[in-house]
Amino acid sequence: MFRLDGKRALITGASGGIGAAIARALHAQGAEVILSGTRRPALEALAAELGGRARVIPADLSEAAASDALIAAATEGGAALDILVNNAGLTRDALALRLKDEDWEKVLAVDLTAPFRLSRAALKTMIRRRWGRIINIASIVGVTGNPGQANYAAAKAGLIGMTKSLAQEVAARGVTVNAIAPGFIETPMTEALSEAQRAALAERIPIGRLGRPEDVAAACVYLASEEAGWVTGTTLHVNGGMAMP
Amino acid sequence: MSEIAEKVKKIVVEHLGVEESKVTPEASFIDDLGADSLDTVELVMAFEEAFNVEIPEDAAEKISTVKDAIEYIERQKAA
Repeated sequence: MFRLDGKRALITGASGGIGAAIARALHAQGAEVILSGTRRPALEALAAELGGRARVIPADLSEAAASDALIAAATEGGAALDILVNNAGLTRDALALRLKDEDWEKVLAVDLTAPFRLSRAALKTMIRRRWGRIINIASIVGVTGNPGQANYAAAKAGLIGMTKSLAQEVAARGVTVNAIAPGFIETPMTEALSEAQRAALAERIPIGRLGRPEDVAAACVYLASEEAGWVTGTTLHVNGGMAMP
Repeated sequence: MSEIAEKVKKIVVEHLGVEESKVTPEASFIDDLGADSLDTVELVMAFEEAFNVEIPEDAAEKISTVKDAIEYIERQKAA
């Protein structure tokens, strides 16, 4: 089950902790993976590690034209794009009273606007082929909120709403659109938290540990699979039981 | 019937799976040919590809019948 042989997947933010795990997992299921991100050396290293069926297309999704250009490059020569994983994201944390406009806008641009543009462009080819999977990596904070992350929480909540709308628009064409809302995962992004914050977090997680990138990647494999064809518009919570919305 | 009209008709028949006899110039994609809103978007994209023209969103919104499509494309090709 859950084989992805012959499918082409684009993963944004593939040099990050969760993105790289997703790329490895989709690749292990037989998919050809296109690795995108801002850090070319890390992407090249991942592609080399994976061996065949892996390509690198760097993109800085904070630039307005980058999303369309990325899909155009990924589908050059009429190549199919079967799976889009909108994983790229960044944080610019501050309490709202101190949150600068530019940090609000930057997070919204990369974490919400870019996934929309990428999805819009990818859907054109997916609905034509009557098959597609879009998987948006949201966050539990998009549902619960989190002090210091008004921008990030707003973007991730927006991503969940966008997922539901897109899912309804394209459901009749064999294309599913789903979100994954990870809880606190061990990545460079969560390493920015203090030790005390991390300990407090682990205490709030019934399973008793922070998540691993592979926990998210497994959910992604499922949603990308043929077998998940009747699942659309949903948000799969992968958070160790920390929140059960 | 012009070459463009023939090609438009063929695309409509293929995309919507309707009988050729129903694809009259006055036929409305949604009201007469059973298209949903996504079908109309797909049709516009198919026209763009087949005729190598760009149909911007505000123009696409005004294309509701077979005749609208033919006339729009003929204008673009003449320009």
